[in-house]
Amino acid sequence: MKHLLIAAGLLTATSAMAAEKPELTVYTYDSFVSDWGPGPKVEEAFEAICECDLNLVGVEDGAALLSRLRLEGNNTDADVALGLDTNLIETAKKTGLFAPHAVEAKYTLPVDWADETFVPYDWGYFAFVHKKGASVPSSFRELAESDTKILIQDPRSSTPGLGLLLWVKSAYGDEAADIWAGLSDNIVTVTKGWSEAYGLFLDGEADMVLSYTTSPAYHLIAEEDDSKATAAFDEGHYMQVEVAAKLAGTDQPELADKFLNFMVSDAFQSIIPTTNWMYPAVTPASGLPAGFETLQTPEKALLLAPEDAVAARREALPEWLEALSQ
Amino acid sequence: MARSAQPVSSLPGVAAALLVAALILGTLTAVALRAESGHGFSFSDWTALKFTLTQAVLSAVISVGLAVPVARALARRRFKGRSLLIALLGAPFILPVIVAILGLLQVFGRSGWISDVLVYFGASPIRIYGLHGVVLAHVFFNLPLATRLILQGWQEVPSERFRLAAQLGCDGWSLFRLIELPMLKRILPGALAVIFAICLTSFAVALTLGGGPRATTIELAIYQAFTYDFDLGRAALLSALQLALTAAAAFAALKLSRGEGFGAGLDRAIQRWDGGTPILDSFWIILAATFLLLPLSAVVLSGVAGLFALPFLVIKSALISVGVASASTIILLLLALPMAAAVAVRRHSTVELAGILGLAASPLVIGTGLFIIIRPWANPTDLALPVTALVNAAMALPFALRILVPAAKDTVSRHGRLALSLNMEGWVFFTRVFIPRMRPQIGFAAGLAAALSMGDLGVIALFADPEIATLPLQIYRLMGAYKMEAAAGGALLLLVLSMSLFWLLDRGGRWHAEA
Repeated sequence: MKHLLIAAGLLTATSAMAAEKPELTVYTYDSFVSDWGPGPKVEEAFEAICECDLNLVGVEDGAALLSRLRLEGNNTDADVALGLDTNLIETAKKTGLFAPHAVEAKYTLPVDWADETFVPYDWGYFAFVHKKGASVPSSFRELAESDTKILIQDPRSSTPGLGLLLWVKSAYGDEAADIWAGLSDNIVTVTKGWSEAYGLFLDGEADMVLSYTTSPAYHLIAEEDDSKATAAFDEGHYMQVEVAAKLAGTDQPELADKFLNFMVSDAFQSIIPTTNWMYPAVTPASGLPAGFETLQTPEKALLLAPEDAVAARREALPEWLEALSQ
Repeated sequence: MARSAQPVSSLPGVAAALLVAALILGTLTAVALRAESGHGFSFSDWTALKFTLTQAVLSAVISVGLAVPVARALARRRFKGRSLLIALLGAPFILPVIVAILGLLQVFGRSGWISDVLVYFGASPIRIYGLHGVVLAHVFFNLPLATRLILQGWQEVPSERFRLAAQLGCDGWSLFRLIELPMLKRILPGALAVIFAICLTSFAVALTLGGGPRATTIELAIYQAFTYDFDLGRAALLSALQLALTAAAAFAALKLSRGEGFGAGLDRAIQRWDGGTPILDSFWIILAATFLLLPLSAVVLSGVAGLFALPFLVIKSALISVGVASASTIILLLLALPMAAAVAVRRHSTVELAGILGLAASPLVIGTGLFIIIRPWANPTDLALPVTALVNAAMALPFALRILVPAAKDTVSRHGRLALSLNMEGWVFFTRVFIPRMRPQIGFAAGLAAALSMGDLGVIALFADPEIATLPLQIYRLMGAYKMEAAAGGALLLLVLSMSLFWLLDRGGRWHAEA
């Protein structure tokens, strides 16, 4: 069937031209490629300048994406992987599947960025989202002592869950286990991924849910609903920086470089805030969309270096498991 | 040793069983062979095993225990809307898990309907998270299946038996002891084993309602081994453990459910003369209906608003899902009917076992295994839909066999000898006697397979192509993009489509005036 379609396509002039265009395959996560995510707009904008065919392939979330690449090894169709975060970088580098980049950009990240393999494209602060008007704790300690009920994600299956684990670990170090012990009676439940937890929160199952400081922007801008806010924590807020990289085995190295450069340009970056609901890695000339100024800006940004994140996870996961298994 | 002649050959069934076993064990082997490192069993794996077994045993016993009085009440009573109620009772089983959970929470949750009433009267809201929440959700999912399986058992009792019992003045306890108890002894072990196995592989329910790491199941451990650790060896090991557990349960059930049927009858519509207690029967029917229909109503209520604003993409994925479900149903029947015939003529318990393996197989392992196998030959993404249809069929096979096998045994034992004496064999027997006589079971099995395939979010997630998402995947994408109202609308659409497919096929299969 497919061969018939291709054969038929070759008979017409336009398809023949399309067939000559090189194809760039980008593996990313599911929500990036959905019609409501950045995918369709990014595809349109890049194809307008690249004379190529951009093929975005969605694979669940960032962690599953890395597993998929490891499964395929050097045999992968992917030219670029987009959607890992800093906590996965170290593991990703160890696979030897990725190649260095030559992108130079003036990042507007709250931290310095100098990674020769991975290029950041957006970022956000983890935060607990709550309904306005509720009494809100201002630190993990206060949260642990309060009756506030929270929903979190499993660090073994989701990137926000892992982010929270590293947030507590980087803020409290050796005391992290005690914090988790204190938090255990505040946790309503632990879900597999972000969607489940956020759905439960909107259904009123808890006072707060682990998400991002940018989550209220969605409700405000897309739904004209200003009833959501995020809790500011004194310890500072752990960040998620989402990154992309070129695969070492790509057969389109120039196109892949072109895509990574495009990714930090205004055209790409201005799509991110209202589709991926994260901060752009390089603030576009037009600035952030109206509504983003209402968001909470944490005083202190926490982020473990990639190699420290792996070590911290190794230490923090058993603590977390033990505290919540009591 | 001379074998007695049989009206149908068991060879196609054995071949189908081999195919299914190859799919499940082959993919597992592919994953194991691809393993780079392995850490073996950790302490947390043992905890997961313990929790998995505890919740699966509790869920199976409670679901089946409640289903017996409910099925008995439904078997004895005739009332308006009965067949609609039976069709509706099938709904929870085919709902996507996250939708069903949100529905359950709107009833039993912290700010759910029941808690609202409790809080109004000054009591504290109910706590649903924990082992009891997991079991509650599993009973919600599996009570309907148990009820239907047991109800089928009641309906397979020839009406002449009840007629004779009525003539002899058997009533109440003696009727139960003489007719119903032997039937239950034959049906219950299978029902218990099926539900035990379903709950064994529980993933989203256990994780969402379990409350934390206490509620880790083996299936979740497999998922974790895949995503963060990329430890294929451990994933394969856990998957093998899951298969072994299910196979053991299934084997025990097959041994226990031996026993002859009730022999031939004239297929008259069943009439019941034993009165029983109408009030008690009504109590059970109303209790089950309330428990199952309230959360469904919650899904409908929250979905209605979103239903009218569904983007075209959701409609498109709904059409794709219907296509996949249809293909999956056809594959299922091509596998299950010969297998049921093989079991009926030769008592091949290995054939049945091969079918039951589908319950224990982790979709993630099958998907990954197929991915490894397909990749050198073709782009797996191009094959996303056929692979999904095939895997869904294998997953529905255990249910189909539980439904088809008892009827197949009865058909062969009732009509086999007569057919042979008339030289009616093989294909002729299969198409003229076997299939027509099993129409109700085939319809039920096909309906279940179609509905299960509609709601499945297993393999497609691994193979997905942005252009061809199925409806459940699209619902998750909507949620991931904060479009909760559209997701609720999509969920309602999924509920309506699954129910319609189930109802159409199930209805098409029935020939008795009553169901």
